[in-house]
Amino acid sequence: MPRSSIETAPGERQAASPGAASSSPDIPAPATLSLARRTRRAMRPLQPVGPGMRVLLGIAFFAFFVALWSFATFGGFVSRTFLADPFTMVVEGWRLMTEFGFAYDIGMTVWRVLGGFILAAVLAVPLGIAMGAWKPIEAFFEPFVSFARYLPASAFIPLLILWAGIGETQKLLVIFIGSFFQIVLMVAVTVGGTRRDLVEAAYTLGATDTGIVRRVLIPSAAPQIAEILRLVLGWAWTYVIVAELIGSSSGIGHMIVDSQALLNTGQIIFGIIVIGVIGLVSDFAFKAANRALFPWSLS
Amino acid sequence: MNPRPHAALRVEQVSRTFPGMRGGAPTRALEPVSLDAPDNSFITILGPSGCGKSTLLRIVAGLDFPSLGRVTLDGQEVHGPGRDRGMVFQSYTLFPWLTVAENIGFGLRQKGMRAKERHEIVEAFVDKVGLRGFQNHYPKMLSGGMQQRTAIARALANDPRILLLDEPFGALDNQTRGLMQELLLGIWEADRKTVLFVTHDIEEAIFLGSRCVVMSARPGRIKADLAIDLPHPRHYTMKTSPDFMEMKARLVEEIRAEAIKAG
Repeated sequence: MPRSSIETAPGERQAASPGAASSSPDIPAPATLSLARRTRRAMRPLQPVGPGMRVLLGIAFFAFFVALWSFATFGGFVSRTFLADPFTMVVEGWRLMTEFGFAYDIGMTVWRVLGGFILAAVLAVPLGIAMGAWKPIEAFFEPFVSFARYLPASAFIPLLILWAGIGETQKLLVIFIGSFFQIVLMVAVTVGGTRRDLVEAAYTLGATDTGIVRRVLIPSAAPQIAEILRLVLGWAWTYVIVAELIGSSSGIGHMIVDSQALLNTGQIIFGIIVIGVIGLVSDFAFKAANRALFPWSLS
Repeated sequence: MNPRPHAALRVEQVSRTFPGMRGGAPTRALEPVSLDAPDNSFITILGPSGCGKSTLLRIVAGLDFPSLGRVTLDGQEVHGPGRDRGMVFQSYTLFPWLTVAENIGFGLRQKGMRAKERHEIVEAFVDKVGLRGFQNHYPKMLSGGMQQRTAIARALANDPRILLLDEPFGALDNQTRGLMQELLLGIWEADRKTVLFVTHDIEEAIFLGSRCVVMSARPGRIKADLAIDLPHPRHYTMKTSPDFMEMKARLVEEIRAEAIKAG
C-alpha cells in the first residue's frame, strides 16, 4: 500500500473544525486510470467498494441467477413438473394473490413471526442483561440455557401440538422456543463483554452498581443487542415455515404444502421468494433503525 | 518520608502481590510504599514500565486493593472507587454513546444534579479544555488529544477531592502531548487541585510536578522524592532552561539505573 499512515492517523488536525466529522481515508481514483488498473485496485483484499458499485453488483447477481434459472427451464433442461420457469412462477403468483387470497396467508405468517419473536425478545433481553451483569445469575441459568439452545425448535412441534393444539399458540411457541434461548445467551455474552475500562471510569465518576448497569452496560451493549435481534429474527422465519408445514390451515408454509400436493412448483417458488423478500425488507428496516438509533456506534 | 499530619491523601505501607498464575510464584508488584499528598500539590510519579506505578494509582482510585497497608483520604480509609477521586486513564475511556457534553456531565447526572445546573458546569468545562463547538460530537469523531481533554473535563466537572492521571498523554504524539501538558498545567495553576500524575516521561514529570516521586523497577518502591521548585506559571520554554536541564539530568540517572534493572 503506497498510502502513508500519516493520512489516516488520528491526529489533532483530523477533526480540527466543527462539522468536519470523519474524513474518509479513501483517495478518489483519478478518472484517467485504465479499467485494468481500477479493477486490480478494487480487488485488493479488504478494499472498500463504493455505494453505487455495491448496489450494481448486488443486483447483477440477482439478474445472473434469474438468467440461469430461465436458461435451465426455458431451454428444456429441467422438467416442468419439478421446476417451473420464471414466467409461470409470476403468473402463479399473480393468481395466488388475486384468486386464492394469499395476502391473508402472508399476513398470518408475518403476525406469527413477529408475535413469537417479540414475546421471546421481551423476556430474553432482560434475562440476558441480568446474566451478563451479575455473575451468580449467569452461573445459575447459563448451563441450562446452553443446553436448551441446542434443542431443535422443530422437534418440539409434535409435542406442542399435543399440548397446545394446532392453533396460533402452538405456532408462537415454536418460534418462542427457537428464539428465546439464542437471544438470552448472545445478549449475556455481549453484556458480559462490556469494556472494563468504561466500567472503571464510571465508578471513578461516582456511579453506583445499578448506575453501572443502567448507564454503562445497557447503552454500551444496545447496538449489539439490536444486531442480535436482527439475526434471530432471520432464524424465526425458518421456524415459522416449519411450524406451518405441519398441522396448519393458513400461512405461507401451509400454501407451500398445498401446492406440493398439486405439483404446482410455480406457487411453491413464489411462496419461497415472498419469504425471501419479506426477510430482506425486515432486514433493511432493522439495519436502518439501528443506524438511526445508534449513530455513535457506526464504524 | 516523614508523614505530614494534615496530608489530604495518605498512602500507608501499601504493597500489592498478585497471586501466581497456575501454581506459579506470586508476583510482587509493589513493595510497601508510603506517600503523603498534601492539599494543592501536583505529584508526578515517575518510573520505568512495569514498576507498579499504575498499580499504586489504581489502589488510590479504589479500582485495585492493597495486599497490605491502607490508603486514606481526609482520614477516611479508601474501600473502593468514588467520586472524590477522579481519574483519567491512558486508554480512551469516554463513553462512546454519549456526546462530549454528556460525557462531561456523566458524574453530575449520576449525582442527580438538575439539567440546568449541569449544563452550566459542563459549558464552563467545555471552554476550559477548549472544546467549544464540539459539545455535540461523539467521541469517535474526536482526535486522541480531544478525547483526553474531554476525559480531563469529565473528571474535573465532578469536582473531585483529588485528580488521578494514569499516563493520560502516553498514547498521544509528541506535539499534542506538549500542548496537553500546558493545558493541564494551566488548569492546575488556576485552581490548584491535588493531583497524582503517573508517567514514564521525565520531561513531563518535571514540567508538570511540584514534586516528583521516582519509583524503582519491579517490585516497585519509592527510590527518590524530589521537590521541583521551578516557578509558576510555567511556560513550555522552561523545558530548555538550565534549572530544568539539571533536574532532568539527575532524573535520567535515577531512571536509567532502574530501566536497566527492569530489562
